[in-house]
Amino acid sequence: MTTFNTYETAWCPGCGNFAILNALKTTLEELGKKPNKVLMAAGIGQAAKTPQYISANSFCGLHGRSIPAAVAAKMANKDLTVIVNTGDGDSYGEGGNHFIHNIRRNVDITHFVHDNQIYGLTKGQASPTTAIGHVTPVQTDGSHNEPINPLLLAIASGAGFVARAFSGDREHLVSVMKEAIMYPGYALVDIFQPCVSFNKINTNAYYRERVYRLDENYDSSDKMKAIQKAMEIGDSLPIGVIYKEIKPTFHEKNEVLARGESLIDIETNPEVVNKLIEEFV
Amino acid sequence: MYNLLIGGAAGQGVDTTVTMLEKFLKKSGYFVFTVRDFMSRVREGHNFSVIRFANEKITSHSNVLDGIIALNDETIQLHKGRLKENGFILCDTIIKTDDTRAIRLNMNDMAKEIGNPRVSGSISVGVVLKLFGETLEKAEEVMKASVKEQYVKINLEAIEQGYKSVESKYEGLERREGNYENHMLISGNEALALGAIAGGLKFYSAYPMSPSTSILEYLASKSSEAGLVVEQAEDEIAAANMAIGASFAGARAMTGTSGGGFSLKVESIGLAGMAEIPVVYVNVQRPGPATGLPTRTEQSDLKFIISASQGEFPRMVIAVRDQEDAFYQTARALNMAEKYQIPVIILSDQYIADSTSTVKPFDISRITMVKATDESDIEGEYLRYRYTEDGISPRLIPGRTKHLVTADSDEHTERGWITESAETRIKMVDKRMKKLEKLYEELQEPEYIGADECEILLLGWGSTYGPIIEAVDKLNEREGSKYGALIFGDIYPLPRKRLEEMSKRASCIINVEQNATGQLAGLIRESTGISCTDSILKYDGRQITGEEIVEKIMKGGRQ
Ligand SMILES: Cc1ncc(C[n+]2csc(CCOP(=O)(O)OP(=O)(O)O)c2C)c(N)n1
Ligand code: SF4
Ligand SMILES: [Mg+2]
Repeated sequence: MTTFNTYETAWCPGCGNFAILNALKTTLEELGKKPNKVLMAAGIGQAAKTPQYISANSFCGLHGRSIPAAVAAKMANKDLTVIVNTGDGDSYGEGGNHFIHNIRRNVDITHFVHDNQIYGLTKGQASPTTAIGHVTPVQTDGSHNEPINPLLLAIASGAGFVARAFSGDREHLVSVMKEAIMYPGYALVDIFQPCVSFNKINTNAYYRERVYRLDENYDSSDKMKAIQKAMEIGDSLPIGVIYKEIKPTFHEKNEVLARGESLIDIETNPEVVNKLIEEFV
Repeated sequence: MYNLLIGGAAGQGVDTTVTMLEKFLKKSGYFVFTVRDFMSRVREGHNFSVIRFANEKITSHSNVLDGIIALNDETIQLHKGRLKENGFILCDTIIKTDDTRAIRLNMNDMAKEIGNPRVSGSISVGVVLKLFGETLEKAEEVMKASVKEQYVKINLEAIEQGYKSVESKYEGLERREGNYENHMLISGNEALALGAIAGGLKFYSAYPMSPSTSILEYLASKSSEAGLVVEQAEDEIAAANMAIGASFAGARAMTGTSGGGFSLKVESIGLAGMAEIPVVYVNVQRPGPATGLPTRTEQSDLKFIISASQGEFPRMVIAVRDQEDAFYQTARALNMAEKYQIPVIILSDQYIADSTSTVKPFDISRITMVKATDESDIEGEYLRYRYTEDGISPRLIPGRTKHLVTADSDEHTERGWITESAETRIKMVDKRMKKLEKLYEELQEPEYIGADECEILLLGWGSTYGPIIEAVDKLNEREGSKYGALIFGDIYPLPRKRLEEMSKRASCIINVEQNATGQLAGLIRESTGISCTDSILKYDGRQITGEEIVEKIMKGGRQ
């Protein structure tokens, strides 16, 4: 039975976002999620339109600011499955500070980054993951700046779930998405997503030639190995769960939330308020 | 009415002594009002507080001193010029001064003898209590509330030693109906934070910035007891967007800062306006621009706040006028935000934030709670941004309803989906702006104080409330004087009725503001066409006193 519907989209034909949206729908259905208990959050960009195209609760906020809003929604109501689908620019550029600091908070949300290595919505400028030498209308003699390595950055910042996937490997994508959503804590999945209109370098064929699935014997709990895997760039690109470690979540660490009740169910107690008033007498 | 200054270098314990002394005076039945003046540094520098106390309500601080408690030389040098001729200076014998008003006691040695050099502050408190003819009846009670249990005993001993070492100098003021013993003594930031809790706050996010930080600290210290999530964000942008996310998911949310942090939150206000998510923003003003004077006061963010963020959308701005107002208006702000699904901005400033005042215990029965829409009220298809008569659409909480709830910072349809339709755009802008019509009916008119038929009308907003009241009272003591004042709390949208009425009768209208450009006067001119005839503006980072206002008016206004 289909519980999640997808709506008409405004993406370019052939865009990797379609595959991600479809994989997401399958994932949510196979996990038995209910649309009214799922909150899809995003910032602004092409990827960030994902919440608009699937029948769930949605929050499309500001460019770069999806993570703060998403983690706070989860803090308010622990029963929501909170998933962020947004771009590489949104996640690592405009929202870079939030990316790092929310790894530290470890709120139980899932962050799917549609990494097309370009700014799609604004028509093709370099993003934080654009390769050196990539020519764009702004980087007219090719990008000069070292691309960031989101996986390495996440592991170094203390993330407990760091994965990579490719929109062109649907079956694998679904399995990684499932694992990420089920992971108790902040889960990052950087998803290679070809942008057919504005990235003529990192195409579907480009990724297909280079990505390989981590094999069954790969030990995702070994941090040093994970760092090595994360540093594999260039012509061979591992996909799968690179690093996984169970850590205390925000809700477990926060004294009020650790009591188990959702924040929105805690009523203001007039007796407590009067006691606080009395403390000033 | 008496006025005492306690001064010293940062780190010398000025604030500990002040906090103890003001508690004693309040417990003895006095109305107490304390302003804190400190430099933006942790060591050295000059810090002082001025405690004013009386057997009646005090609304302003004063620059005329009855006594100085000096923890260092500098305090005497800087402040003795405003000490009354018959006043006193209390200091240790190590401080050399030939001022005949000095009471020099070897308090440091006494403290060492008692067993801890840090209790010299308590010795001076004992001295002051004796000078003003108080008893030590409440000593134990106050001490228990002021210091950790293991220090109660030696501090009590210190108080007694101090008490014994001088003779009374003043007569205690009569305290009959003016007995404030059972009132609260609270700072503006604490009152604001407490008002938020009383108003149903569940979520507070902020990044530390003077003079707003004590809101964050107070709420954090009470979060467990009151059931709140209080989170220090990585920056103010995160703080604001977190508050919006929490509120979208159904938790009453507030985010606080000062002007610099507010600048970073500007884009988010537009998001709250566009996505119609209730959020309360607190801006505790300090002098700007940029870093300005971090620990001082100003009212120069008004014009910025009322227009912050691109685009047009409804918002409400409330300026709190004193500690009591900070409590009730913050609770109200949370409810107004909820009712109209708009950002509500509270403007306070360092003067209110850090000053402590005696106030009647807050009455939480005066607070009424507005709730989000109930699912059972939804007929037919649920449309988050439904066009309604008053512009307010049904707000359900995601995950708490079978319906799906959307929020979108792009222009959107009634369903909450992105659209570029010209027709929808117009309807949505109109729908959002319509909320102001209803809000306008609910605005609180500025408070009027003064003569029944006033000829000279003063205008103020926020924290100049107290000083203006004192000034108007003084001015009206003179034969034939007819002064009055309107002081705005709700300031945007600007309530106009009472202003238009009063201004017709006044021959002279003077705006009194803590800024350089007369921002209230500008807003009034823009919204009503009424021009002020004169202005009193102060922007040195120090709050104007009632006395200064009187003096400026006597000299003929404009400075
Ligand atoms: C504050 C702000 N700055 C800039 C923009 C313009 N903008 C919108 S999306 C975007 C970049 C999109 O890139 P990415 O996040 O990678 O998403 P994609 O479109 O590639 O999926 C930019 C620069 C904006 N909306 N808001
Ligand atoms: S511009 Fe690129 S990312 Fe955006 S829809 Fe088209 S192909 Fe996809
Ligand atoms: Mg991109």
